[in-house]
Amino acid sequence: MANVADKPLVHEDDLLIEEYGYDDHFHDHHHGDKFQSNFVTTYFFSQDHKMIAKQFLITGMFWAIIGGLMSLVFRLQLGFPEENMAWLKPVLGKWITVNDAGIGSLAPEFYYALVTMHGTILVFFVLTAGLSGTFSNLLIPLQIGARDMASPFMNMLSYWFFFLAGVVMFFSLFLNTGPFAGGWTAYPPLSALPQASSGSGAGMTLWIVSLVFFVVSVLLGGINYITTVLNMRTKGMSMWRMPLTIWAFFITAIIGLLSFPVLVSAFLLVTFDRSLGTSFFLSEIFIGGQALDHVGGSPILYQHLFWFLGHPEVYIIILPAMGIVSEVLSVHSRKPIFGYKAMVYSILAIAFLSFIVWAHHMFMSGVNPFISNFFVIFTLIIAVPSAVKVFNWIATLYGGNVRFNSASLFAIGFVSMFISGGLTGIFLGNSAIDIQLHDTYFVVAHFHIVMGVAAFFGMFAGIYNWFPKMYGRFMNETLGKLHFWGTIVGAYAVFWPMHYLGMAGVPRRYYRFDSFAAFGSFDLMNQFITIAAIITFGFQLLFVVNFFYSIWKGKKMTDRNPWKASTLEWTTPIEGIHGNWPGKIPTVQRWAYDYGKDGKDFIPQIQPVGADESKDEH
Amino acid sequence: MTALFVLLCVILIGIIVVQIGKVTELAGKIRGEEEAQERTNRTQAGYSMIFMIVFLLACTVSAIYYKDSMLWYGPNESASAHGSSIDYIFNITLFFTGIVFFITQILLFYFAYKYRARRGSKAEYISHNNRLEVIWTAIPAVVMTFLVVGGLDAWNDVMADVEEGEDYIEIEATGYQFAWHLRYPGPDGKLGARDYKMISATNPLGQVWSDEKNLDDFHPSEIVLPVGKKVRVRITSRDVLHNFYLPHFRVKMDAVPGMPTYFVFTPTTTTEEYRAKLGALNDRGEPQYPEWHAPLDPEDPEGPTKFEDFNFELACAELCGKGHYAMRRAVRIVSEAEYKNWLSEQQSYYDSTIKGTEDDPFAAETAEEEAELTDASSIQEEAPEGDGSAE
Repeated sequence: MANVADKPLVHEDDLLIEEYGYDDHFHDHHHGDKFQSNFVTTYFFSQDHKMIAKQFLITGMFWAIIGGLMSLVFRLQLGFPEENMAWLKPVLGKWITVNDAGIGSLAPEFYYALVTMHGTILVFFVLTAGLSGTFSNLLIPLQIGARDMASPFMNMLSYWFFFLAGVVMFFSLFLNTGPFAGGWTAYPPLSALPQASSGSGAGMTLWIVSLVFFVVSVLLGGINYITTVLNMRTKGMSMWRMPLTIWAFFITAIIGLLSFPVLVSAFLLVTFDRSLGTSFFLSEIFIGGQALDHVGGSPILYQHLFWFLGHPEVYIIILPAMGIVSEVLSVHSRKPIFGYKAMVYSILAIAFLSFIVWAHHMFMSGVNPFISNFFVIFTLIIAVPSAVKVFNWIATLYGGNVRFNSASLFAIGFVSMFISGGLTGIFLGNSAIDIQLHDTYFVVAHFHIVMGVAAFFGMFAGIYNWFPKMYGRFMNETLGKLHFWGTIVGAYAVFWPMHYLGMAGVPRRYYRFDSFAAFGSFDLMNQFITIAAIITFGFQLLFVVNFFYSIWKGKKMTDRNPWKASTLEWTTPIEGIHGNWPGKIPTVQRWAYDYGKDGKDFIPQIQPVGADESKDEH
Repeated sequence: MTALFVLLCVILIGIIVVQIGKVTELAGKIRGEEEAQERTNRTQAGYSMIFMIVFLLACTVSAIYYKDSMLWYGPNESASAHGSSIDYIFNITLFFTGIVFFITQILLFYFAYKYRARRGSKAEYISHNNRLEVIWTAIPAVVMTFLVVGGLDAWNDVMADVEEGEDYIEIEATGYQFAWHLRYPGPDGKLGARDYKMISATNPLGQVWSDEKNLDDFHPSEIVLPVGKKVRVRITSRDVLHNFYLPHFRVKMDAVPGMPTYFVFTPTTTTEEYRAKLGALNDRGEPQYPEWHAPLDPEDPEGPTKFEDFNFELACAELCGKGHYAMRRAVRIVSEAEYKNWLSEQQSYYDSTIKGTEDDPFAAETAEEEAELTDASSIQEEAPEGDGSAE
């Protein structure tokens, strides 16, 4: 550390920081780095936000591969139900039953276990922890000009609770009775009664334990992100000068903090019903040849509690992706994000509305139909801020000077996906249409496109864009573009046809379709979807290869600001040191989007406003 | 061995791709970074346009190709009175979202293409435009209002319960792992009381036999309903959540243990009419929907065709365990006369299974009556539910 500070300051950013920056005497306090002094504290129990971000990312990638492979197995079942699956026996063990003729097939209870695990893993471990965990950690301190998170120790705990959640969930895959198999929403009574499903015994217990650890991780992270954004912004970084990424992470953390505890309360009550004989969610049940004593509970209460998290959760997933895309689109089209304030207000509006729309998942669950009126109104209001965001992204490209690379392609792809998936939400949010479409493949298509694929696209845009910041090297661009085209074509090929299945009334979560004449006439389409899914997954492996190859062998970064971005993270040295800036902390002089102003390609946030500079109210 | 071979191939392809990546990177270096980026912009912008055109074409063509098998289009019109209002809202929504979909996708990819960075090109500094932003906030707001009003109007109509004094048939569907148990009220038109604690092998619904309304209730194996008559389905569950789903009638409602739900609908098309529509011939005498003329069993081309075998179906649409996918019951919509005829053939569950057994609270009474009375007509008067067996 000392010798970095001793080097002559040659970079113009360093000169600016030296001249206008703020001296917090950071480097006076501890010479050397007490947080990263040995191998274990550097790579495992690190308290550096940049390392924790990488830990979240790589753990998220591990889970994405597991969750993706699971989807391929159940897609094989759906596309080729008659095909011999005995070859999977070495991996899946008794989940595959082999008959006397040597033909192996996936047992229905494990089909449902795979579907459940795929959902849980992707929603929580990949798109919550892997996305928000990675980029909130990486970008919040760097973009607001902080040395690290408010509490680096809590930040470390946040990762390790996530890790623990993963270990428990992974362990549940190896249970004799199988992991939980009642859908990622875990509705009781199915989830509460081991008699109802083999996975609802020990599998469900571990599922709950894992997710409670996960919520602890989210809360520890969230408190940290909020505190850091509110208290540790550098001089001059007013809220209205924050990049949209920070706004998105900040609001995401608030939503998470308000909604995740409600999920834990639901889990707690389910646990009581499961083991203490209470009847919060159970009533008048006859199962396994006997009538249970539980009376007076309501399974619908669980759904209210679950979706009070569950709906905000989809915004917890998509908002960080929106923030990343706003930033990436602006930087690579060399233009300010169009309607910055409108973007912030839409994030706020979406966040607020996300708390009063939860029952739109429950139109057909037996709630009073009158109540649904309110939820329809609030749900469809969300279309307005969402539309504003889409128009603003498109307007950001208008008149730009668009640089095509993997990051900007994925950002454009995100907008395309968000449009396609968002529009189908207008059908589903309207309760009258939901009567027919509820729990069909139309829903599967809708949420996979709008919050699955779109969030992945946001994540990829972020990874390609900030990989140099993380590892000091670039990811390979050719592979990146191949990855993009393979993924956008593949993802549409997988999920677009599902709209037709849904419009034909085919219900989701079916092990096979041939028991019904109404649902059984889509064999070809199901085969097509399965093949497309396998190919699309192959393209993701290309990304994984590119990622790890580039960490060690990628093209080296020579310029600390390769994208010519105006935000603070690119004023730090290439090598990424603890405390982020070697000397003073930069002071912020302007908003984050001065691209193309007064004919200049970009003006960094640390550059003071010139006397002759034109005024703009943004 | 094959697995090893496949693995080797995958690894080989991986290596080749990585090498290609490296080569292009090197080529970029030789050519100069800026020029390489410009070339990339040109080719990638071109791919974007190609992608957009192919994507939008594929959306349109595939929609047309599959229209006959989708419930909203082709021959698969709604078979219930309320269904058409749902279909109408669906199509209105499709119209508006379709327009937005095409416009925004085209603008997105076109702008990316048009404003690609070229040598010497510069971006314009446009940070916002209040008038434009107000317009594109207002337009979705207006369209949404329109859709919300239309949607809620239909919703409140569809979900309304039957009113007092209204003429309707009440039936009951009980979901359990993994089938539906159906119950009709019998001649008295009223479903009898149930108590889940009384469920047993001989009393699958836990009917309380001391409630006389139960005595004429019968348990058919399929739903049979008269066309044009309002039906109120009482939906319950015995164990976990299920969902009473009739795709052709646009009916869907969760079955919740401990809390009966309901759905009211009026079938408007008989099974025979629906079959005729699927099997219709066009002006030239060719099948209008050839896919429905395919033989049911591909092995037996002379056998019945798909439309001849068509039946409305009841499915489960809420994950309920490993047998969720197979909770099928046929639904038959018939004329009023056929329905009456069918009703007269049904025997009450009490009469067929419970009467005279130890579960029968009237067992002693019945025995007495039988001993004392030889006049069959007087039995009939006292126990009208018995008419099925007495005749």
